[in-house]
Amino acid sequence: MAKKSVWSDNRFWQRSAGWVTGFASMLLIWLTFDTIPQIMLGSDEDLQQGVTKRVPGPTVINYKITYEMDTKRGHEIPVIGGANAEGRSSFQEKETFFGRDDWSEEEAAGLLHLGKLGSQTKNCMNCHTLLGNGAYYAPDLTKAWLDPAWGPNGPMQAMTGKNTKEEAMAEFLQFPSQYPTHARMMPNLGITPEEAKGLVAFLKHMSSIDTNGFPRNFGKIEGAVHGK
Amino acid sequence: MVNSHLKYESKQLATWYFTFAAIIFGAQLLFGLVAATQYVMPGFLFEIVDFSVARMIHINALIVWMVFAMIGSVYWLLPDETGIETVGIGLGKVLFWAFAASIVVVVLVYLIVQVGPADETSLWLIHEGREYIEAPRWADIAIVVVVLGFIYNLYATGMKGNRSGIVTVLMADMLAFAGIYLAGMGYTDNISVDQFWWWWVIHLWVEATWEVFVGSLAAYGLITMIGAHRKVVEMWLWIEVAMLFGSGILGMGHHYFWIGTPEYWWEIGALFSALEPLPLVAMFIHVLYDWGKMQGEESAKGLETSVIANKPAFTWFVLNAIGNFLGAGVWGFFHTFPQVNLYTHGTQFTSAHGHLAFFGAYATLLIGMFYLAVQGKNGIKIMNATKKSIWATSMIFGGVLGMTAALTLSGYVQVLVSRAQWGATWEGYFAGQASIWFTQGMDWRLIMGVVTFLGFFVLIADLLSIGKATHHKR
Repeated sequence: MAKKSVWSDNRFWQRSAGWVTGFASMLLIWLTFDTIPQIMLGSDEDLQQGVTKRVPGPTVINYKITYEMDTKRGHEIPVIGGANAEGRSSFQEKETFFGRDDWSEEEAAGLLHLGKLGSQTKNCMNCHTLLGNGAYYAPDLTKAWLDPAWGPNGPMQAMTGKNTKEEAMAEFLQFPSQYPTHARMMPNLGITPEEAKGLVAFLKHMSSIDTNGFPRNFGKIEGAVHGK
Repeated sequence: MVNSHLKYESKQLATWYFTFAAIIFGAQLLFGLVAATQYVMPGFLFEIVDFSVARMIHINALIVWMVFAMIGSVYWLLPDETGIETVGIGLGKVLFWAFAASIVVVVLVYLIVQVGPADETSLWLIHEGREYIEAPRWADIAIVVVVLGFIYNLYATGMKGNRSGIVTVLMADMLAFAGIYLAGMGYTDNISVDQFWWWWVIHLWVEATWEVFVGSLAAYGLITMIGAHRKVVEMWLWIEVAMLFGSGILGMGHHYFWIGTPEYWWEIGALFSALEPLPLVAMFIHVLYDWGKMQGEESAKGLETSVIANKPAFTWFVLNAIGNFLGAGVWGFFHTFPQVNLYTHGTQFTSAHGHLAFFGAYATLLIGMFYLAVQGKNGIKIMNATKKSIWATSMIFGGVLGMTAALTLSGYVQVLVSRAQWGATWEGYFAGQASIWFTQGMDWRLIMGVVTFLGFFVLIADLLSIGKATHHKR
């Protein structure tokens, strides 16, 4: 019989499997402890004191949000309340949301709660993608709030006959099949006016999350194809 | 059961699990066809069974039939590995009915109620609206109870009987499999935190614990079907466990590129997920190598016959080695680097990978287990393929490959048009969807989906009739 080698020894491989798995698991847990605090919801105080959070507090709905190239990081980042000299969030410029720019922390959190719950109970994710995850039957919603189509000169806002982005989105969410844009339509999901408001707040909040530049060039390209 | 050759009740119970799994497999394909049809004809069942409902049932049925078939596989192999009857068979039977009944109720609610108001009650009773683990919370709890009962049976049997390497791996793996599910049961208003934990379930299932499960099952198959040497097979299994968990656990980073999590996940995700195909290559080589080796030993003895004791099952096991490597390995590697994923994330590219990976890595092997059960139940020593087995295998494997090719091309168009040219907006999305190359891909996907579905019926017909065929060695 050939001399026994450690490389063909089951005990050796069993122990190696145990050590490798244990090491990988510990590293994952350690990284989780580092990541979770970084992605916790920020607060209204953060916004007022100009503290940038990867996931801002719900009162971010009181601010103007844009998505701008950050030359240092090499990709786009959400800019909240207008840009400072470095091109990052200055938290100065406000923007009304359903006629108000003074939603309290409690009210804004209530809207976000309703909207996030609605996004799950209405099953958004099984047609759309959120943060790029979900189904591919409808557009990605990560930065939907910033989509030029819903802006002042956009076709979606014009179609609903509303004067603001949030009202146009809320109207569409409640009566989607009245505003068909393509043969592929969004079905009526029984969304109430209050739920629609919450869902729009959820979308506005999601657009303020720092997604490391995903999606790239969102809403920046004009006239790229057929001069549209 | 009359005329059954099964000596162990554990194996009898396994056939229940396999039967229910096969039915749910059919439901998965049916609702997949509905969703695929809606891409081609958007008005199909609009506001009756919308895409979101069809797709939810399609992917939930996928998870459920695989979990059923996995539990069934463990009940099947336990007596062979431990040498004793499984402990807690009565409990296993009760849990089977509880699980099956829960699934039926969940699916009926998906179909009939579909959506609820934006409140916690909807999450408890209707669904949680989170891809793959949509099951409402009451069902979450039921699933945990059922799986804990199953794990009790596995542990009690493993500790009482002979605890082989395969059983040891399964015991550790199934505990992790169940524990990880708990990470996906909570609710939070913060979508970044939500998706962080959601991936703990999805990724650590399909790219870690399920892969190890497949490794164990492949090891069992090689021993029972071609008489591979246990010591060698189990050594390979431990190496695979090290490689799968070593790459797969931190490979989770590739889901943390864009959900709000810090940039360091780019490097961690890229590095470890790039290693993920390695164990799949190893598993592929392992299966083919052992096959050649055992056949060679047989030839050396002057025997001309095939070494394989169950031809159709072994075919599916070999297809597993190929499909896992192609679907999970190659198609996963395509878009695992953040530089590529920035543009491919959330396109039909992902869908192409999803189809071939779930099928290649899991469906193939579990179908192989169905054939092993048919062989055991009919007391067949060497089971040969029938015309139907060959047709079913070709149609299903060819159909899924065809769907994958079509989705890949559609995904390519989507990446270039919607993402690169248009910058991912609403208008850009529909510009991509309207591209003739995209729509042709969707047509072909539907055609190949129909081929797969027809193949499924041939498969069922074969599973029901192959045991009675006369060309087997009994």
